[in-house]
Amino acid sequence: MANIISDETIEYVGILAKLELSDEEKEAAKSDMGRMLDYIDMLGELDTSDVEPMSHAFPVQNVFREDVVTGTDIRDQILANAPEEKDGMFVVPKTFD
Amino acid sequence: MSDYETVIGLEVHVELATKTKIFCGCSTEFGGEPNTHTCPVCTGMPGSLPVLNRQVLEYAIAVGLATNCDITRYCKFDRKNYFYPDNPQNYQISQLYLPICRNGHVDIKTESGVEKAVRIHEIHMEEDAGKLIHDDWLDASLVDYNRSGVPLIEIVSEPDMRSAEEVIAYLEKLRMTISYLGASDCKLQEGSMRADVNLSVRKVGENEFGTRTEMKNLNSFKAIARAIAGETERQIDLIESGEKVVQETRRWDDDKECSYAMRSKEDAQDYRYFPDPDLVPVSVSDEMLDEIRAREPEFREAKIVRYAEEFGLPEKDILLITENKHLADIFEETVSCGAPAKKVSNWLMVETMRLLKENNLDPEDIRFSPAHLASLIDLTEQRTVNSTVAKEVFEDMFKTDCDPVKYVEEHGLATQNDEGALRETIQKVIADNPQSVEDYHNGKEKAIGFLVGQTMKAMQGKCDPGSVNKILKELL
Amino acid sequence: MSYITELDALSLGRAIASGEIRTTEATEEYLKSIEEQDGTYNCYVTVDGDRAMEAAKEIQARIDKGELSDSPLAGVPVAIKDNMCTEGLLTTCSSRILYNFVPTYESTAVRKLRNAGAVILGKTNMDEFAMGSTTETSYFGPTRNPADPEHVPGGSSGGSAAAVAAGECAYALGSDTGGSIRQPASYCGVVGIKPTYGTVSRYGLIAYGSSLDQIGPLTRNVSDAAAVLTAISGHDDKDSTSVDMPAKDYTQALKKDVKDIKIGIPKDYFGEGLDHEVAASVRAAADVLKAAGATVEEFDLSLVNYAIPAYYTIAAAEASSNLERFDGIKYGYRTEDFAGLHNMYKKSRSEGFGAEVKRRIMLGSFVLSSGYYDAYYLKALKVKALIKKAFDDAFAKYDIILGPVAPTTAPKLGESLSDPIKMYLGDIYTISVNLAGLPGISVPCGTSTDGLPIGVQLLADCFNEEKLLRTAFTYEQTK
Repeated sequence: MANIISDETIEYVGILAKLELSDEEKEAAKSDMGRMLDYIDMLGELDTSDVEPMSHAFPVQNVFREDVVTGTDIRDQILANAPEEKDGMFVVPKTFD
Repeated sequence: MSDYETVIGLEVHVELATKTKIFCGCSTEFGGEPNTHTCPVCTGMPGSLPVLNRQVLEYAIAVGLATNCDITRYCKFDRKNYFYPDNPQNYQISQLYLPICRNGHVDIKTESGVEKAVRIHEIHMEEDAGKLIHDDWLDASLVDYNRSGVPLIEIVSEPDMRSAEEVIAYLEKLRMTISYLGASDCKLQEGSMRADVNLSVRKVGENEFGTRTEMKNLNSFKAIARAIAGETERQIDLIESGEKVVQETRRWDDDKECSYAMRSKEDAQDYRYFPDPDLVPVSVSDEMLDEIRAREPEFREAKIVRYAEEFGLPEKDILLITENKHLADIFEETVSCGAPAKKVSNWLMVETMRLLKENNLDPEDIRFSPAHLASLIDLTEQRTVNSTVAKEVFEDMFKTDCDPVKYVEEHGLATQNDEGALRETIQKVIADNPQSVEDYHNGKEKAIGFLVGQTMKAMQGKCDPGSVNKILKELL
Repeated sequence: MSYITELDALSLGRAIASGEIRTTEATEEYLKSIEEQDGTYNCYVTVDGDRAMEAAKEIQARIDKGELSDSPLAGVPVAIKDNMCTEGLLTTCSSRILYNFVPTYESTAVRKLRNAGAVILGKTNMDEFAMGSTTETSYFGPTRNPADPEHVPGGSSGGSAAAVAAGECAYALGSDTGGSIRQPASYCGVVGIKPTYGTVSRYGLIAYGSSLDQIGPLTRNVSDAAAVLTAISGHDDKDSTSVDMPAKDYTQALKKDVKDIKIGIPKDYFGEGLDHEVAASVRAAADVLKAAGATVEEFDLSLVNYAIPAYYTIAAAEASSNLERFDGIKYGYRTEDFAGLHNMYKKSRSEGFGAEVKRRIMLGSFVLSSGYYDAYYLKALKVKALIKKAFDDAFAKYDIILGPVAPTTAPKLGESLSDPIKMYLGDIYTISVNLAGLPGISVPCGTSTDGLPIGVQLLADCFNEEKLLRTAFTYEQTK
């Protein structure tokens, strides 16, 4: 396997993705990601030096809405699935600053 | 200390004055109950999708044109990924790779006369986050998404500033330009304009930049000045004692007049920017640019020159009137209704500003129409009302935009211009106040003022003091 | 199966319109069918029996008043894949992290079906967050293939495909990001279409790979598929990627005529790894079309193998970002014990997501991360452009590209998840279609010797659903 994924990398990606893996899962993740990246390395075989990256398959542009209020007070709906709420707001563990 | 120079760049976030949010039709109106201006889009509900508010793009371009930027004709939105509860999708839609404006500059002149151009690196559009409130009872935080999705432009300058004075001149210039465009009211205290200061120090003559820190939570010009002074000192102290300045974000505490480092290790600051696949690119056409250019107002600098030439107003007047575009517009319209420029400017500078201050209002809240102000001025010119009465009429006009002619009629406030009756009254006043008459004859000029006052009282204010004065002098 | 549940959607629609069958009868029969069979197949996550009957009554009342006469699907019961938000009805994406999520808003496609008088029976099982090819990554257990319950139905729209095949609904909606409608359609022996990207609104579809996702119908035949596609497609102001074009009636394409159709068969599709029965069945389908008047020839469609790594890079990257919103704050699963904000995020997400989802989130975060973005994500987007060009060149010569849907028939349950890359390779025929935004249809074309269905895939150029449906219809009616 050409791509060796280190423990640090898995830690780092875990922080980015907010995922906590068990030791077993970490080992599996290292191996899976390594193999996947090896596979993805195949793309290096293609010459893309003159190619623009393509996000959307065909060029739709300039989709706008007009600056007119269409929203209404639907707070009850917005909070309907909240795991915890108080005074019309979502409760979350304390944040700092 | 003096062999160091401070190098400052600014990141200014401006809340745009659109009616709706950047990606959904929720109202941006300030002050609603929490989460009453929300929808699935601005609260990150599963399956929701963003759609760009055209007005945001137009304001961003207008600001870019007014600050001499190149407009990026093909631009995109990118996702900035980080986890925080005020960010409902845990990514912020912003622009990194193709911001809407680039390479502009703003000309500033500081109070001490330093003139320079501060370059603008880029301006981009992005969405604001929600608000977090701390709840001590629960020992938790509460999230309100009303502000989530409010449109912002971020104006990133080059590190061209060297002092707090320059920073403040730059911010003032931005504020004036942007508020003239109507794109935002740019109020630092209210949060519609927020400035983050990037600061580093270096020995004078050095070409390389030192390590910079970013400072946040600067809510007034005074706080900005204090923060700049404080951080400059802190960095110099570090360097002089052989330590290194750490690149970090610091929060300024204006009460304690010091800063402390923010950001825990949990935030890797790797935002993994990539083009948002839910939005399509923006291609700015020549037509759109032309339209926006055509809507550009005459900016303050031009007005200052023109008012001096055209109206011959003193500089103090001009500066005050052009401080706010709405006020300047009212001035111009009132003059175009035929009122003399100096009179108009007096009414605006004195009575209008007084009433605005008393009622805690802004020039945008002015209710009276230029036509009515012109009419009122005309009444005073015609001496139909004297200045005291005019002020009374104006107070009502300020509240209700009443027609001053009608108001004077309905309340019977017109000055009595019957000279015969006036003479009679004056003669009676003279007869009733022999002491004052004697005082006047003995050289006390002020005694005549008393007699004028008595006449005004007797006439119930419906006379012209100038005429009273003239007749009194004649008779005495 | 009663005679009612044996009718295809349009036939049932006609019978309801004529008064021959009452909507309540039809809904009742389907609910019975679900009760009798779903214990075995596990097609549904949620069956909404009471409200389905209420809806049926309401629709019957409207039909009796003469309304909905221009709606061929009025009163016909449908199943919706559980990644489409349905107002007031549990929507889970077959994930623990949304185990209790009841949307207060609705997906545009579902809203359109409701307006057309559809009766929603419930939400179907899927691979968690649409990540998978077998419906085995579902938190609610796998769905079984009605053709052989020891086998998977395919994925990620396995529940929808199986429900149609088993007669547990008249038709269903699925979503397709890399083949998730077409492949289960092929495995279960039903018809499935993925329309051109931008044809059906994605508003309310819980996003996996935003630049690749499309909603589409799973049906018993091509005519039903055309009718359902007509009902759900159209521009939506709420979806910026929704194409602004006039509404189309795809049923106009249902003609038996392929004389003007030039069909290209990519040689690269028939390499090793393709099961010989599948190959034979697909080639036979091409022969049917040839006999019906189409021109059929083989050609080189390059870059076939590169589509998979490009797809997984792009899809994982987009998914890693799309799934960040699941954080235990606004909705869904929140862990019970936590110490502080970031710990709550980590535990909720780690406990709420399954292994395959976590795997793709990790990969996606990695390919977007600092230092790797150019080499992986941007590179994949460039390969995407190359793949699109390859198809553009192909469609300059051909109207339809024909090939297999999957290299094999449905694998046995439990055999696929241990080797993710092998599983990903199974997407080889379907994936590039999503990368290029093209429309594709899977139509049953045979059965293997062990009784498992085989499908043939037809592709057309963007917005050419007309040619696609006409060719598919002709094949179906001729074979």
